[in-house]
This record gives sequence, structure tokens and C-alpha cells, in this order.
Amino acid sequence: MMLMRESIVMKIHYGTAIGAVFLTVIHILMRMTQDFHESLEYENVIANYEMIGYAIMLELLLILISVHGFNGLRIILLEMKQGPSYEKAVTYGCIASMAILIAYGSRTIIMTSMGMT
Amino acid sequence: MSNINQEISEEKSQTVLSPSKSVKLRISRSNSETNSEEKFDEFVVPVEKYTTVLDALLNVKSHLDHSVAVRYSCRQASCGSCGMKINGKPKLACFTKVSELDTDTITLEPMDNFPVVRDLAVDFTRMFNNHKKVMPYIVREDSEITPGTGVKEFLQTPEDVDKYIQFSSCIKCGLCNSACPTMAMDTSFVGPQALAQAYRYIADTRDKGKDNRLKVIDDRHGIWRCHFAGSCSEVCPKGVDPAMGIQLLRSYLLGLRD
Repeated sequence: MMLMRESIVMKIHYGTAIGAVFLTVIHILMRMTQDFHESLEYENVIANYEMIGYAIMLELLLILISVHGFNGLRIILLEMKQGPSYEKAVTYGCIASMAILIAYGSRTIIMTSMGMT
Repeated sequence: MSNINQEISEEKSQTVLSPSKSVKLRISRSNSETNSEEKFDEFVVPVEKYTTVLDALLNVKSHLDHSVAVRYSCRQASCGSCGMKINGKPKLACFTKVSELDTDTITLEPMDNFPVVRDLAVDFTRMFNNHKKVMPYIVREDSEITPGTGVKEFLQTPEDVDKYIQFSSCIKCGLCNSACPTMAMDTSFVGPQALAQAYRYIADTRDKGKDNRLKVIDDRHGIWRCHFAGSCSEVCPKGVDPAMGIQLLRSYLLGLRD
């Protein structure tokens, strides 16, 4: 059973790549607002998370990279081996892994932005 | 009578023959029925300036070992039967001159990405099945000859024809599938030959089967698995550019063209 047409999956794949590059550029530019080493100090990193706009951007970046990365992994695994049960396992395994990663990353972002460190 | 014979004899002696040389053919030998391991047999054959690899192979079959298995038919790059790996590259044996290889030893192997039947003959079943899947014919309800209304022609402008004409040169030799790196990994991949033919008919203004064809190739082992290595276009003996066809097909699926 096909969950989604492959062209729609690939549109999402390309879209998430463009979005992730765009947000990563913003993420890197934010390091330049102060000295690079200084920007990575504990208090500054926590301050970033507590900035709601920045936290939303990090959450978006997490989702985009997870979707793009796990779909890429799915494609690689599907090319390496074929078979109905294997392909089903790969597809559902990648979706589950992606959901777990997003959930765990979101937990970190939400807890940190709420000062629960 | 003796004068005539003498004249003929003189004519023959005046015929300039190109200097003959010899090349060594290393031919891969295997048999899927006996599961025999691949080995190479070597044969030395004389060649002239315009001897093709197929000519040299047929020389081997005629004079040295008639059991060498090779598929061939037209000998003029029209039938697509004699595809094989010549010195590691997929080529048509009838379209490759020994002289252009510029080597004294020519290694002949069956095409990659196809099951080997025996020696140089491979099984085309998978390629032909994928070819059939993309409906390689004009799909439409009405006919060029509609009863009662006289003869109706589906006219095309030269620009309409330019969109697909190069893709209609495909002879289904399988060289593109043999060169494709995705075909080597993904046994379910539809392949550049079938994808190029899907584009050939989708781009034809007379055709109405675009949606059905796009559904066939929009699969997890369909068009999106192409890595755009471009080796399919590189090896095509008829100048077809399957890699370009695949990119143009993708633009239909991405909604960039109607």
C-alpha cells in the first residue's frame, strides 16, 4: 500500500531542503550578532531558546531536517534492497524514527524555552 | 577464353587490400542453466580496417568456436540485438569498429543489469515488461479515420515533432539500462529506456494517455530514483538522451509544465 504518491513525497523532500537551508543560514547569521565563541556560551544559548521567535525557528528547523533526512534515508534503504515486507518496514520505520526524533527534540526546545533546565 | 581469365586475374591483382592485422578477443563464457562460473576464452582473429566487433565475433563462431552465444540480427544498428560490454563499456557490437577501439585485445562481456542467458546473450524480459508498462503507443479514443466524416489527420507542427522525435529513435538495445547505476542497485527500478519512452509519448500532441503514464512512473521505484548520472545518454548509440527525457518528465510531475 502506498501512503502517498512519490511525487508528493519528493515535493516535500525538495521543499524541506530549501526551507532547512534558509533557516540554517538564519541560524548561522545569529551567531554573528556577537563573537562566535561568546554566542555558544551556556547563558547565551539558553537565552536563544527563551526567545520565542528563535525557539519556533529551531522547532521548524528540527522538523524540516528530520523529514528531509529520514526520507533521504528511506530512499537509500529502498534502493539497497527490495521486497514488499522490507519496503513496508523501511517506510514505517523511517516515519516512526522521524516522529521520535521530532518529539524528543521538541521536548528539549519546549523545556528549555520554558526555563526547565 | 584464356585472355578473359588473364584480364580477370589482372583485375584481382590490382585490387588494393588493406593490410590485415589480428586482434585477440577475450570472450566471457558462462551458462545460467548449468550455473557455470564466468571464465574468459581467448581467440585471435584477423581484422581489416572496417571490421566490426560483431564481424570479429562471427569469425570466431564460423572458424574457431561455434558455441559462443551472441544475439544479433540486422548488423546495422537498427535491431538493438547485439548490445554487450566492449572493453568495459556498453556498446552495440555491430556499430563498433575494431579499429576505433585502438587496442590489440578486446574484452567482450554480457551487459550489466541483465540476467545472463549464456555467454554474451542476456535476458531482456524485465526491460520489455517495463517498456510495456509505460504504454508505448498513442493513447486516444478517436481514430485518425473517423467513419462517416472522411479521413481526419492529427496534424503536428515541426515544433510539435521536435519535442519527441529524438526519443522515437530508441531501438530497445538496453545499453542505457546496462549503464544505469540505479538499475545496478534497484531491481524494481523502471529504467531509463522505459522512462524515455514514457516521455516520447507524453510529449506527443496526438496522445491522451499522459495521466495514466505519469501514474505508472510516479512510484517508489519509478522516475524519482534516477540520480541523473547521465550514463544512459552517454552510451546510447542512436543519440537518444534519456537523462533529459527523465528531467522533462519530472517537470510534469512537479507541475512545472502541462
